[in-house]
Amino acid sequence: MNRRRRAARLQDRFQLRAWLMRHLQVFFSSLGRLWQRPLGNFMSVLVIAIAMALPAGLHLVVDNLERLSDHWEGAAGATLFLQQGLDDAKVETLLQRLRREPQVGELKHLTPGQALAEFRRHSGMADAISLLEENPLPHVVLIRPADPGIPAERFRALVERLRDHPEVERAIADLQWVERFQGMVHLLQRGTTILAALLSLAVLLVIGNTIRLEIQNRRQEIEIVKLVGGSHAFIRRPFLYEGFWYGLLGAALALLLLSLSLFLLHGPVSRLARLYGSDFTLESPGPAVVLAIFLTGSLLGILGAWIAVHQQLQEIEPT
Amino acid sequence: MREQTGTAHEMIRFENVSKSYPGSQGGLHEVSFHLEPGEMAFLTGHSGAGKSTLLKLVGLLERPNRGQIRVNGHNLGRIGRRQLPLFRRQVGMIFQDHRLLADRTVFDNVALPLVVAGQSRAEIRRRVQAALDKVGLLKKAKALPVTLSGGEQQRVGIARAVVSRPPVVLADEPTGNLDPELSLEIMELFRQFNQVGVTLLIATHDLGLVERLPTRTLTLREGRLVGDRRP
Repeated sequence: MNRRRRAARLQDRFQLRAWLMRHLQVFFSSLGRLWQRPLGNFMSVLVIAIAMALPAGLHLVVDNLERLSDHWEGAAGATLFLQQGLDDAKVETLLQRLRREPQVGELKHLTPGQALAEFRRHSGMADAISLLEENPLPHVVLIRPADPGIPAERFRALVERLRDHPEVERAIADLQWVERFQGMVHLLQRGTTILAALLSLAVLLVIGNTIRLEIQNRRQEIEIVKLVGGSHAFIRRPFLYEGFWYGLLGAALALLLLSLSLFLLHGPVSRLARLYGSDFTLESPGPAVVLAIFLTGSLLGILGAWIAVHQQLQEIEPT
Repeated sequence: MREQTGTAHEMIRFENVSKSYPGSQGGLHEVSFHLEPGEMAFLTGHSGAGKSTLLKLVGLLERPNRGQIRVNGHNLGRIGRRQLPLFRRQVGMIFQDHRLLADRTVFDNVALPLVVAGQSRAEIRRRVQAALDKVGLLKKAKALPVTLSGGEQQRVGIARAVVSRPPVVLADEPTGNLDPELSLEIMELFRQFNQVGVTLLIATHDLGLVERLPTRTLTLREGRLVGDRRP
């Protein structure tokens, strides 16, 4: 009994090895078949690569923009308008209390006189302003967050809290710019997703069509293999591996195109950043992105080939 | 594939088998016969008499409109798409046009039935060499089919049909394009396979050849079995 079981296990192991050997053999022979028509196949791989590099590149751009908005120093700020007719002592206590807030960083106080002077200077309505009998402007406090990278929500909560001081009449969070920017980034992200979905479909079709032509070219061979008792799995296998190779090579070439584009963009981007006084540089795709591209490519390849094979193989029968 | 009992003494059995092709003549009408294991038979008749159709029905390249066919214990009507490959491995087929893969060597062509059956490399090597030796083409193992003569190509096709030792071998006009001397050689090969227990059904219109060999002969005319001559 024991011996029989051991023999069975040995048999299983032998079959597993034979199975692996068969797959390994097809794995390489399908790659070899791609080599047989290098130019035509390279074109297919190039189309796949471009279709994959586009959304991947856009994703990279969005990623970098997001990083940019994270580090948008000094973009966020708030303006506190104090109650009218507040006496200087009360203003001073409020300022001291505000300075003690850990989340409040830079703080700038404008008296009504200063505010009016500034308004006169910038508005171009000096004549009209001089007609006013009394200064209508309140004390104004401009604050910036202690942490420039503070998320919009947390900053907004801080401003809400400051508004609760009885001396404060109105508090306006100046997040518009950051929020607009983030809104644009979100839009781009969504656009990238849609583009990626459409171009994935294109990759699927390109690979499916390439495999379909390949099946047509090898129609006679498929008939003969069926004639001698080749199963569907046996016939399907090399085509699936071929699809896999198309996807994988397309992904590799897409990464190459991406790196090349980054290399070409690197100089102009850092020059532009320097003009804005930033040391921002484009970041290359991380290992997760690289892995995702390879995985997506090979899966799309297998899937595209599978669809083509599934459609075609049943019609081809020896006569 | 499950062996079915009760017909173990018959390798091929046709019961009232009809096959017609829409819009054309030919086909078969109510054909019944059987071949025992290890039997060898010729199938003769004019072209269009239904010889090829009959062989295609045995190899499940076609399915009959009516009637029942049993091959090696299997009711062919019960064999679905999934079991078809396993069934085909039990039937070796030889064609007038050889049906070889032009871009593979003689060795690879002959190895094909073993490769699809998942045999080990060593086993494939051993069996292909034995088959090529049998048909006298061991030295041409590495050649491509196009570099061979018609007779040699036919022998490659024969080696491929018998390499996996199927119980049944079908041949459709195997000597169609060959001169009489080569034809006799091929027939001698078939006789040798038959002697080791293979059941053979050979379609041919070469009546001269048939007359010279003392073998059972089934004759078709316009789709009907009109003769069953035993030596």
